[in-house]
Amino acid sequence: MSRNRLESHTGATLDFTFNGKAYQGIVGDTLASALLANGVDVVGRSFKYARPRGIFGHGAEEPNAIIQLGAGAATIPNLKATQVELYQGLEASSVNGWPSVDFDVMGIIGAFGRLMPPGFYYKTFMYPKKLWMTYEHFIRKAAGLGATPVEADPDSYDKLNQHCDVLVVGAGPAGLVAAREAARTGARVIIADEQSEFGGSLLASKQTIDGRIATDWIASLVAELAAYKNVQLLPRSTVFGYYDHNFLTILERRTDHLALSAPSGTRQRIHRVRAAQVVLATGAFERPLVFAHNDIPGVMLASSVSTYVNRYGVAPGNKLVVFTTNDNAYQTALDWHQTGRQVVAVVDSRTNPSGEIVDAVKALGIEVLVGHGLIEARGKKRVKAALVAPINESGTQVVGAVRYLDSDLIACSGGWSPAIHLSSHTGAKPVWDPNIVGFRPGASKQQERSAGACRGTFDLAGCLAEGASAGAEAAKLSGRGDGGLQFPGFSVEEYSEQPQQALFLVPHTQSTSRAPSQFVDFQLDVSASGIELAVREGFESVEHVKRYTALGFGTDQGKLGNINGMAILANALDQSIAETGTTIFRPSYTPTTFGAIAGRDVNHLFDPERYTAMHRWHQQQGAEFEDVGQWKRPWYFPQSGESLQKAVNREGLAVRNSVGILDASTLGKIDIQGPDAAEFITRMYTNSYLKLAPGKCRYGVMLKEDGMIFDDGVCACLADNHYLMFTTTGGAAGVLAWLELWQQTEWPELQVYFTSVTDHWTTATVTGPNARKVIAKVCNDIELSNEAFGFMDWRDGTVAGVKARIFRISFTGELSYEVNVPAHYGRHIWEALIAAGEEFNITPYGTETMHVLRAEKGFIIVGQDTDGSMTPADMNMDWVVGKNKAFSFIGKRSLQRSDTVRENRKQLVGLKTLKGSDVLPEGAQVVFDAKQKIPMSMQGHVTSSYYSASLGHSIALAVVKGGHSRLGQVVYCPLADGRSIAAEIVSSVFYDPKGERQHV
Amino acid sequence: MKKYSAFSLLKNALSYHENWQKVWRSPTPKKEYDVIVVGGGGHGLATAYYLAKVHGITNIAVIEKGYLGGGNTARNTTIIRSNYLWDEAAQLYDLSLKLWEGLSQELNYNVMFSQRGVLNLGHNLQDMRDIERRVNANRLNGIDGEVVSPQRIKEIAPLINISRDSRYPILGASWQPRGGTARHDAVAWGYARGADALGVDLIQQTEVTGIRRKDGAVVGVETSNGFIGARKVACVTAGNSGVVAAMAGLRLPVESRPLQALVSEPVKPCLDTVVMSNAVHGYISQSDKGDLVIGAGVDSYNGYGQRGSFHVVEHTIQAICELFPAFSRVRMNRQWGGVVDTCPDACPIISKTSVQGLYFNCGWGTGGFKATPGSGYVFADTVANDRPHPLAAAFNLDRFNSGALIDEHGAAGVAH
Repeated sequence: MSRNRLESHTGATLDFTFNGKAYQGIVGDTLASALLANGVDVVGRSFKYARPRGIFGHGAEEPNAIIQLGAGAATIPNLKATQVELYQGLEASSVNGWPSVDFDVMGIIGAFGRLMPPGFYYKTFMYPKKLWMTYEHFIRKAAGLGATPVEADPDSYDKLNQHCDVLVVGAGPAGLVAAREAARTGARVIIADEQSEFGGSLLASKQTIDGRIATDWIASLVAELAAYKNVQLLPRSTVFGYYDHNFLTILERRTDHLALSAPSGTRQRIHRVRAAQVVLATGAFERPLVFAHNDIPGVMLASSVSTYVNRYGVAPGNKLVVFTTNDNAYQTALDWHQTGRQVVAVVDSRTNPSGEIVDAVKALGIEVLVGHGLIEARGKKRVKAALVAPINESGTQVVGAVRYLDSDLIACSGGWSPAIHLSSHTGAKPVWDPNIVGFRPGASKQQERSAGACRGTFDLAGCLAEGASAGAEAAKLSGRGDGGLQFPGFSVEEYSEQPQQALFLVPHTQSTSRAPSQFVDFQLDVSASGIELAVREGFESVEHVKRYTALGFGTDQGKLGNINGMAILANALDQSIAETGTTIFRPSYTPTTFGAIAGRDVNHLFDPERYTAMHRWHQQQGAEFEDVGQWKRPWYFPQSGESLQKAVNREGLAVRNSVGILDASTLGKIDIQGPDAAEFITRMYTNSYLKLAPGKCRYGVMLKEDGMIFDDGVCACLADNHYLMFTTTGGAAGVLAWLELWQQTEWPELQVYFTSVTDHWTTATVTGPNARKVIAKVCNDIELSNEAFGFMDWRDGTVAGVKARIFRISFTGELSYEVNVPAHYGRHIWEALIAAGEEFNITPYGTETMHVLRAEKGFIIVGQDTDGSMTPADMNMDWVVGKNKAFSFIGKRSLQRSDTVRENRKQLVGLKTLKGSDVLPEGAQVVFDAKQKIPMSMQGHVTSSYYSASLGHSIALAVVKGGHSRLGQVVYCPLADGRSIAAEIVSSVFYDPKGERQHV
Repeated sequence: MKKYSAFSLLKNALSYHENWQKVWRSPTPKKEYDVIVVGGGGHGLATAYYLAKVHGITNIAVIEKGYLGGGNTARNTTIIRSNYLWDEAAQLYDLSLKLWEGLSQELNYNVMFSQRGVLNLGHNLQDMRDIERRVNANRLNGIDGEVVSPQRIKEIAPLINISRDSRYPILGASWQPRGGTARHDAVAWGYARGADALGVDLIQQTEVTGIRRKDGAVVGVETSNGFIGARKVACVTAGNSGVVAAMAGLRLPVESRPLQALVSEPVKPCLDTVVMSNAVHGYISQSDKGDLVIGAGVDSYNGYGQRGSFHVVEHTIQAICELFPAFSRVRMNRQWGGVVDTCPDACPIISKTSVQGLYFNCGWGTGGFKATPGSGYVFADTVANDRPHPLAAAFNLDRFNSGALIDEHGAAGVAH
């Protein structure tokens, strides 16, 4: 039996280690309760001063007991020991402290704490200037709590989208009865609680409800809820964010209580819940009192001491002093008394406490020191004594002699702070209520209401009544039930409570600036004197003080420290807490695993991979692939041992001399229909489609409103009022969205409909002098002669037995047929074409060769040769702009702007290196004078550059200022390696300048 | 202004820090000022500081509706770099970077500018073309930068995933060693303290509700605490620029959108540089406290709420887990939103307006923090001389009429 375990508490034992030492706990323990049972005092070191710290709380509020769980790929940093359920074989360690948490050499820093007040780093480390990075190197060494894994996460995570009528957050007394009242109306209810068991504060309570012990009452209520088909119970599930339109996010921990890594299935999952109505029943946090050295291990929240005793059967000490401003904490004295261990005294700041529970404590012979403050704790790694003294009525001054109380455990309570976090996420502004000495939730901005302690109602009967009403009301507003209650009243035995005192900072015999540190935010070592210093320095806004001192920035998000901090700030500013206000709570309520937020959309599912129907064939041929948008496109088809360049040379020559075949299926395809289709398309492209007849195609360019090229492609008239628009591969989704935007928001009167058919069709481009011969072998129902089926025509026909559309459009400058068939037939057609082309040595080619062939022809690729700042005229494509269209087209007006018609714009030209074997790097900048000093006057850049096997020299496309009037001039590309390559500006059309080859 | 130093810290420690001077005064507004700066964020405070310091105009008030540095200065991911594509932007951001390099000493306030370098990753061939182009342009503009290989990236950021098997493998990156991060609050406070010491009145918790004009010229501002006269009014109200412009009957080509950021719990040092990716869309660095500081894209709707949608956070974290699979088990501690003004060309507006004596500095989109010193410097010059500073000239409002846009969507780091 561990030394602090109460004999009454038994169960199966679990072995675990902490900092390498073996311990035993009991089933049902948290790591914190097990450590306390074993008498482990120091569990961590504070962030700034490396002070020894022990377990302070028992839940999400814990600031000190931050641990690293496990090791290796599945290790988890920064868990709170109070929230880690113990399992067999658990391994945990402290996150700070070297060589050990018990003896930390950094602790020496604590001795120089006075040199490190808030913001000290803003005031120093500035001189000499060059040393800052050295200073920072050492500052960074002290950074961080736990350590991230260094390998990929072995676990997986899920997401679940849910709708419900009523979401109840928190399964304490208020939440449970709210869920029951909502459930019986037939409403779909989700009730979520972060703990492993439902019951909230009642799990550690000895109160009775309707004549039954609290834990029994909970058990039967939970059983009742579980029997409802319309109720979903989510234990171990933290509602961590409340977003607009009643969208809430829940992190469910499915296996963390079993092992470090999920034994099977997913480790955690996030429920993305859209709730019609929400009941917040999130409870409250007990508030510590700010006294000197209140951070020594052995100082705890009063409710935490009670919880460890009543729920976990652990008495974390021997000699208890209770320090309180309210009646509530007297319960801790009663609970402790029952363990048989000593209650040294109850120290009550109030001058005349008179509640029933006070009398009950006194009746046990326990000393109650009224009008006293516990002004300082003594001890190094464990409380050894409590210093108490009489204080004045307002709690601002020590007014009598200091007395030592021999003790090893201090339970403190400064009252309770409602957990208003989720209500704050919605933008509701918390309201200070002096009666409860806390912030209540602000007026609802969403379909939510708070019930119970999170609303500032602290008595059990009140919590139950509010919970029931909230549940019924939420159900009614979601359209279920009439708002009436099934269980309108509860009989509860509890002490009636007398008013508490609003005390935050406990006075000391010395002034705050000189007293031993009185900690407000334990994790970040923010003290009362730090807050007062911030005010002294002129930081008056609560946000400034928070940022200057780091108050509330820890992983506990100030659940314990914030209210004390604000109260001390208000006092220093000589104003009320209401005037001072509060900082804003933001998601996450408690820290949330990245992996869970990412869900399944990681690794190969990060973004869908899109394949064409011939993808496997390409793989079988050993193709290398290129990512283009979401698509995997064959980049080149290397034959054994071939380099990229060799493959591209071979592929390109095959097209120019015989025939090649390209998988062009990834080009975007939008089917456009409707009586106004032609008009609409004409407004989108720069040229006109009003007179495009069925069977004809036209190349078009789209501009944004600013007149700059946005996408290009061919549009075919399939029939009257029916068109097929091709887009670039990467631009497909954007173009469709663009069409919809204009149709829906600007021209809803036009009757036109768009359907993405990209994936419906497979496109095989057969191109080269022998293309017609290849097609003729597999298609006998289309007259293929140039006269009958000319360039920029399209025809319906049958190819290898499959109904197909064949387009005579060309991106290579050669005779080309683009064969389109329904995607299911893609591979069949592809293989049929390959077989038909065998006698011509038909050669599959990839995107790289495609790029070279089109560059030889001076055809642009939008996004490579353009960058959002290029007009059609800049690209030497004025011919594509219809100047006399009846209606306008998008971008037309911008083409007349002064900057758009300016001389000397960057214009598309060809570059031919003076040495033909030099290939300019793409992205090289172009200058006119290579000898100038930096900064150089840059005149443009190389957009595309290749070695052309057909031409026997390199070619490049570039944009150059005034390029169209500079043909013949020599320009230079200064490279990073110091070379400067000279090139002559030439026409952007390198091959077949008259364009005869595609017309044959 | 008493100087900060290790010595002053020691001296004050001896007197229990009871004698520190206030960082700034809390003055009562005068009836009239030569210049009123509307907006007490980093850019506004820097503007006031340089107006006083460089141009000798000290009869200035900065009017802030909330607390100093409480807008986007308080909400950004603190990244600083100058590797922009176009000459105009690159020169402006590099002026800023040069000012950052001496800012702690200039202000006698440690803004913790940490030059730990910035990687901009490329994940496809076009990314790499764009990176080559940008780095070449930077180099010829005198801005540091190089194109680095995946292996070099791995040396710089050891936990990054450079596997060829990832969905969008990392093919390379641009690397700007002079880039880095700074302590965002300190920038606002340092400028505020400096400006205050030069006589600038910092008026907090006072909201400008109107811009009073007479005969086409500004005469002052209406505020929640009454009218305050001014010969010139300089508006630096990121997130609300359109609203403030409307007070003077102007319409700006800006859209205000929520931009979110988040931090993890603090972890031991594991990422020593700034990593940004346009293609998978996320950026990340680690603060001196140990938090992983993460950001991504703007929400797709316009709005003024300093909150955002969860799905944007989801996508951001997916991107981070894609780049750093080891971070999957780290936990998100806090997320928040700011409101950014986005311009059609992803470049700011630093400009006179059609109202005499009224100036705007806005439209910084998602990248304003890094520009804070340079923005304040050129805007102060523009306001003081009633003509654009040479480096601000290209960022005038008229460019949206002329079409002389400076399209930095590629280099802006975040898709607008």
